[in-house]
Amino acid sequence: MFDDPVYASRLLTLLTLSFHIIYATIGVGVPLMIMIAQWIGIKKNDMHYIMMARRWAKGFVVTVAVGVVTGTAIGLQLSLLWPQFMELAGNIIALPLFMEVFAFFFEAIFLGIYLYTWDRFDNPKKHFLLLIPVAIGAGMSAFFITAVNSFMNSPAGFDIVNGQLVNANPIAAMFNPSMPTKVTHVLSTAYMTVAFMLAAIAAYRLIKGSNHVYHKKALYMTMKIGLVFAIATALLGDLSGKYLAEYQPEKLAAAEWHFETENEAPLIMFGVVDENQEISYAIEIPLMLSILAHGYPSAEVTGLNEFPEEEQPPLIIHYYFAIMVTIGVFMIGLSLVYWFGIRRGWPFVRAQWYRWLIVLGGPLSFLAIEAGWWLAERGRQPWILRGIMTVDQAATTSDYVGHMFILFAGLYLVLGIGTVVVLRKIFKNDPVEKELEKLQGGEPS
Amino acid sequence: MSLELIGISVLWLFLFGYVIVGSIDYGAGFFNAHSIITGKQHILSKVIQRYLSPVWEVTNVFFVFFFVGIVGFFPQTAYYFGTILLVPGSIGLILLAIRGSYYAFESYGARGHKGYAFMYGASGLLIPASLSIVLTISEGGFVSIVDDNPVLDYAALFTSPLTWSIVVLSIAAVLYISAVFLTWYAFKTGDDNATELMRKYAIGWSVPLIIAASGIIYELSFHNEEHFSRMIDLWWMFGLSFLLWIGTVWLLWKRTRYGVAFGLLVGQFALAFFAYGISHYPYLLYPYLTIYEGFTNTAMAISLIIAFILGMALLLPSLYLLMKLFLFDKNYVQGNNSKKE
Repeated sequence: MFDDPVYASRLLTLLTLSFHIIYATIGVGVPLMIMIAQWIGIKKNDMHYIMMARRWAKGFVVTVAVGVVTGTAIGLQLSLLWPQFMELAGNIIALPLFMEVFAFFFEAIFLGIYLYTWDRFDNPKKHFLLLIPVAIGAGMSAFFITAVNSFMNSPAGFDIVNGQLVNANPIAAMFNPSMPTKVTHVLSTAYMTVAFMLAAIAAYRLIKGSNHVYHKKALYMTMKIGLVFAIATALLGDLSGKYLAEYQPEKLAAAEWHFETENEAPLIMFGVVDENQEISYAIEIPLMLSILAHGYPSAEVTGLNEFPEEEQPPLIIHYYFAIMVTIGVFMIGLSLVYWFGIRRGWPFVRAQWYRWLIVLGGPLSFLAIEAGWWLAERGRQPWILRGIMTVDQAATTSDYVGHMFILFAGLYLVLGIGTVVVLRKIFKNDPVEKELEKLQGGEPS
Repeated sequence: MSLELIGISVLWLFLFGYVIVGSIDYGAGFFNAHSIITGKQHILSKVIQRYLSPVWEVTNVFFVFFFVGIVGFFPQTAYYFGTILLVPGSIGLILLAIRGSYYAFESYGARGHKGYAFMYGASGLLIPASLSIVLTISEGGFVSIVDDNPVLDYAALFTSPLTWSIVVLSIAAVLYISAVFLTWYAFKTGDDNATELMRKYAIGWSVPLIIAASGIIYELSFHNEEHFSRMIDLWWMFGLSFLLWIGTVWLLWKRTRYGVAFGLLVGQFALAFFAYGISHYPYLLYPYLTIYEGFTNTAMAISLIIAFILGMALLLPSLYLLMKLFLFDKNYVQGNNSKKE
């Protein structure tokens, strides 16, 4: 199977993206969290929040490094694995790709300055200001790269005359129909996921016996931020559904196992499907698909059978959709109950088992991100550029793609393990209690 | 000036930037690892860490800028080079990944860890070697078109003396550029031992550098006569570059004006790099692809140039701030942590 360059290229892209997206999500989300923590710290004059910013930044640099190199890998692999695609796409969508480099450059410079100037300013607000370009740069990077991906889903900004792409309009290509829903969804899920990741760490420290108020503050703050962005994600997800119904109905239909065009369509979660398109063991929510697709319960939703078989996305994306949505709803519930619980003094939100659920929420949020991207990418099959170029036409013709897959798999393994080992080492040698003592000569916790 | 020329000039300028900052970075990583392994870290590591820490990510961006920019301005390069560079490009990527991550692992997590330092020191030295293969391939003679698809002849590539001379040049250049810069930087920190050691390395690598460079010009006279004769037309640029090289070595020898010595070095490499680039014109890949055939449409070219100008307006002040705070700030360079506004 590795002998087929198309298949091997798809596998290698899947591998790189699935690995990179973990670091990319952290890279987009953490600067905002650091910013919020440091701002609260300055406002309330509370050492704990300043320390949060400081400690998160310390861990952040390690993940940024891996994010940078895996980002470089996917950037170059686009040309190495999909040369025909990049030759075509370069003519239309090179602009945001190019601008992403500037956005990242901007972020990298100010991150470097921020990290090494903790003690160089007398006025801490000046140091805080350095975070603004970091967070903006991170957000803009996500914006530009997602714009490229959205172009692959809804190509725009050119005409096709005699099989040639002409009248290129780079701006229209960048602001293609799927860009608004995709970009906002990527940003809000990144903020949500990172907030829940940091909450999971705080909850884990509390479970492991540290009863320090630092972790409690961190947990409460990140759960609140997570809640806000989880709700935002749900609202934006609804808009994504409406976008899909309009521009990529085959993707929505495949994700929903919605085979026949009909009104008052139900939303189907999980279940199994046989070759006769019979669905069993599924959870069915009446009218919900019509609402998701068009906003009212009687709406007609196009079914998958309207499309030629060779242009139908694989049915497995149904599970990616279900995983993504289920985790999203679970996280809204978990953080909402926690927030209410803390405000109302419900004891169970401080119980061990509830904290374990919060710990679980961290990896689950990442799983939702992965599932979302698998849904986006496999849901576009067989196209690499929807309606214009298939992945078969785009892939490299050179041999050894399978060998490269093995090399990169080894690399990501080493980088993944390295990240964990190094992060553990950094924080194990320097627990919160010790760092606080160092900073202010010991304040009772 | 045509859009094609503006495009390739901007890219070439950024590639030059990468050659300089990347060389300093990769060379510093190597010297750092070397000093840790040979137990001399008390002399070098502090100086090197002080310089490297805030700037390493910036270096990588130069490289990404180049390959994203070239696909933007010259989309056909994605097709030609993308297809033939699968293996060398992937190896380069893996080295870059190891280098970047292990640098971070060592400096943020496990300072002084021998294994990590070795990993990033060694991978840093191999990166220029693997990336320089692209220049060799662009000279032509290693690529043929089979069934409408470009195919790389690995056997010819790896048995060609040209390939290996370019590899040697890239490594020598990395160590030389880095050593000269670090001599200057160490001198500014007031660290005499480090200055002396780096000066020794700088002088030591200056000779292999010039031998490898001359060897390449000689080999090109067989390998690609068209390119060679265009290089001869630009003899004065190469000649000037050589004089600047003498200037750098002279100042190092005399133990004086290390800053000027580094300035001359940048001039030397700029002249040679641009003379090479200009004589390569108009080919991106001999003999299949020129900058005119592979160029993007006008709308994209203009929007890329506008984006570039706006981007630069944003970046140059930021870079200036970075340099002011870390490279040219006396307190920082000398390791005083005094607060300042």
